Amino acid sequence: MATATAASVPVTRPVNWIGVLKDAVIIGLVTLALALPMVGFETTSSTTERGWPLLNTRFADVAAAVIAVFLGRLALNLVREGVRAPVAFMAWAVFALLLANLITETVPVWNEAVETLLVIGAFVVGFVATWRWLSPEGTTSSEVMDDVAAGLQRWNRVIAPIGLLLALAFPWLTGLYALATGGEFAISRNAVDLGVLLLTYVMLGWGLNIIVGLAGLLDLGYVAFYAVGAYSYALLALNFGWGFWACLPLAGVLAALAGIVLGFPVLRLHGDYFAIVTLGFGEIIRVVLTNWSSFTGGPNGLSGIPRPTFFGFPFERNPAEGETAFHQLFGLEFEGVHRVVFLYYLILLLALITNLFTMRIRRLPLGRAWEALREDEIACRSLGINPRNTKLTAFAVAAMFGGFAGSFFATRQGFVSPESFTFIESALILAIVVLGGMGSQLGIVLAAVLVILLPEWFRELDQYRMLAFGVGMVLIMVWRPRGLLAHRAPTLRLNSAGGGR
Amino acid sequence: MENFVQQLINGTTLGAFFGLVAIGYTMVYGIIGMINFAHGDIYMIGSFTALIGMALAGATGLLGDTGGVILALLVVLALSMAFNAVYGWSVERIAYRPLRGSFRLAPLISAIGMSIALQNYVQLVQGARPRTIRPVIEGNIVLMTRSDGFTVVLSYLQIFIVLVTVALMAVFTLIITRTALGRAQRACEQDKTMAALLGVNVDRTISITFVMGAALAAVAGLMAVLYYGAIDFYDGFIIGVKAFTAAVLGGIGSLPGAMLGGLLIGLIEAFWSAYVSTEYKDVAVFSILVGVLIFRPTGLLGKPQIEKV
Repeated sequence: MATATAASVPVTRPVNWIGVLKDAVIIGLVTLALALPMVGFETTSSTTERGWPLLNTRFADVAAAVIAVFLGRLALNLVREGVRAPVAFMAWAVFALLLANLITETVPVWNEAVETLLVIGAFVVGFVATWRWLSPEGTTSSEVMDDVAAGLQRWNRVIAPIGLLLALAFPWLTGLYALATGGEFAISRNAVDLGVLLLTYVMLGWGLNIIVGLAGLLDLGYVAFYAVGAYSYALLALNFGWGFWACLPLAGVLAALAGIVLGFPVLRLHGDYFAIVTLGFGEIIRVVLTNWSSFTGGPNGLSGIPRPTFFGFPFERNPAEGETAFHQLFGLEFEGVHRVVFLYYLILLLALITNLFTMRIRRLPLGRAWEALREDEIACRSLGINPRNTKLTAFAVAAMFGGFAGSFFATRQGFVSPESFTFIESALILAIVVLGGMGSQLGIVLAAVLVILLPEWFRELDQYRMLAFGVGMVLIMVWRPRGLLAHRAPTLRLNSAGGGR
Repeated sequence: MENFVQQLINGTTLGAFFGLVAIGYTMVYGIIGMINFAHGDIYMIGSFTALIGMALAGATGLLGDTGGVILALLVVLALSMAFNAVYGWSVERIAYRPLRGSFRLAPLISAIGMSIALQNYVQLVQGARPRTIRPVIEGNIVLMTRSDGFTVVLSYLQIFIVLVTVALMAVFTLIITRTALGRAQRACEQDKTMAALLGVNVDRTISITFVMGAALAAVAGLMAVLYYGAIDFYDGFIIGVKAFTAAVLGGIGSLPGAMLGGLLIGLIEAFWSAYVSTEYKDVAVFSILVGVLIFRPTGLLGKPQIEKV
């Protein structure tokens, strides 16, 4: 009790100005060393008369970076020392000034990117200072997120149906939006297309979640199964003329087989080793796809993959002789958006199947065994669970969903090439799973929105997109190592009085 | 025969790079048990720093005569090692130290994020196109000539690369085996808690490990710039995977193992490209990685690990 009181009484001690300054100076110098060669000099493709690459200098950027980092570190150090309100006010003032200047361009700045970064930096400092100033002593931001995650989980029964209804109504909502903003009722093709992209990643995320979130294996080569599914459909359709619905289960089976073949030898490896081997497999598959030109079309890929049909009725203005097109079947005017809406519902269905499967299997012995293996492999082995076979099923099932998503990808694009299956793609899917909070289905949807939609809205910032993505991954890991919405409510309670099921 | 000797020379040179980068992986894995996924990108940053250094030296006219070239190489080597060391230190401080003792996949994911961030940072500040530089060390020794005119050559540059690598590896082996710092590193490798109780500053020792790895990667970066004459922001990924393979092949955590593994990977890649196919040379390296991890996870010179509850 005594210690609790002592902790809650704010201790006023003098600010250690020298320590604060010294630390900020050191960090400033580190920034100087980081920025001086890489930012200070820009190599170019042109050469000087002696034949050496011409260098552009950007010392102003270096100076701006060093000063900004020095001031930012100083401010954060002061916040830690207890000087909160003044720092918060100053940071917000700087933020407002910089933002105003960024918008109005009163004072011209040589580099808009630097200016934007300064605005973001000022915002972060202001936010942290205000947070620490106003929040009760002792609560950390991570604990707040824990509460949010727990709350979301509690309200899952409400949120999930609402989300599902919204997803089902989404194409019509875009039409209503067009109506409400003064136009005619017209489904927005771009918005629905974006929805398709988002749902593809949600599905991949849910698929990978079976390996990473449930079985606790870090797979860095999930894109390999996505590729197997895409190429299976493309090759079956192009060589044998099979339709999408016949190929979809086959693509899933082939991907699952690939999962078993690749998984069998590697599943006895642990942690990092497992991760790096799956990375190796992903790269092997990509290199083979690139170089086996006679079979896979090589780096040019395969084009002319049949587009999806509405159970045999194509989405075409002028269908081939003897075929009925979708719009003729329903007596509609032909519109290109029909196909997009159909694709949207198709991927929504596939994603929902993945989700439903995962939720149900978590209640079955197999799903329980996956989660138990994630927590303690040795304990599982002593209880008679065969770790390799159990992990193999997780691998195969996740690979199957990857294969489904892959064949959907192939039919949506009408074109596949090894370019689409690089390591970055695997990292993207992994990031969705990890950022969302491993094992959390809802978290994955939120993370997919964050990772896929945000960059689409800020198209002009395209070149900063991957940088922000990488930095975001690091920061979220540092802040919440188990993911943004990670919250593990026990799936089974032993104490029946505690509301066990 | 002539082709074989030439590939032996090329493979050894290649092996020198891989060995230098592999040491960074092996030391970090040995001491904190994580794959520093961003190490390949640290190497790439080192090669950019070296390229900028050589370009500056060239612009000042320093590279006119032999003495100038040697001076420039030494200065650029020292500077890029120093600057890269700061990168290694910062990466550890920002992305790994806060996660120490956290759940086991977190540092690897953070490392992947760091790798993506570093790649795109370099793409942003240095451009996406490959940057080229003209040869700095020219000339070679003709060792053999075949009847059809094919000559086996050993270039001065290859001699330089192998000599510098051997010298640096000797220095680092001495540091690890003979100095107090090396003793601290080996102590942390065995038992961090006990080392801390006995007065070893564990955080500092880990930082120094990253600094050493990054400095050696910068040396490899300078050599890549001199040898290939072109670099781009994406180079770090593939070299990183190969160097990691070398570290695993040699036995992760073992310094001589990293050198041996690097040499073997260099030779395998050279011979594979010469006799089998250049397209599938990456597949060969990845297959070795997979094979070694499955059949002999301790590598050639590694110690077996005992799984504890």
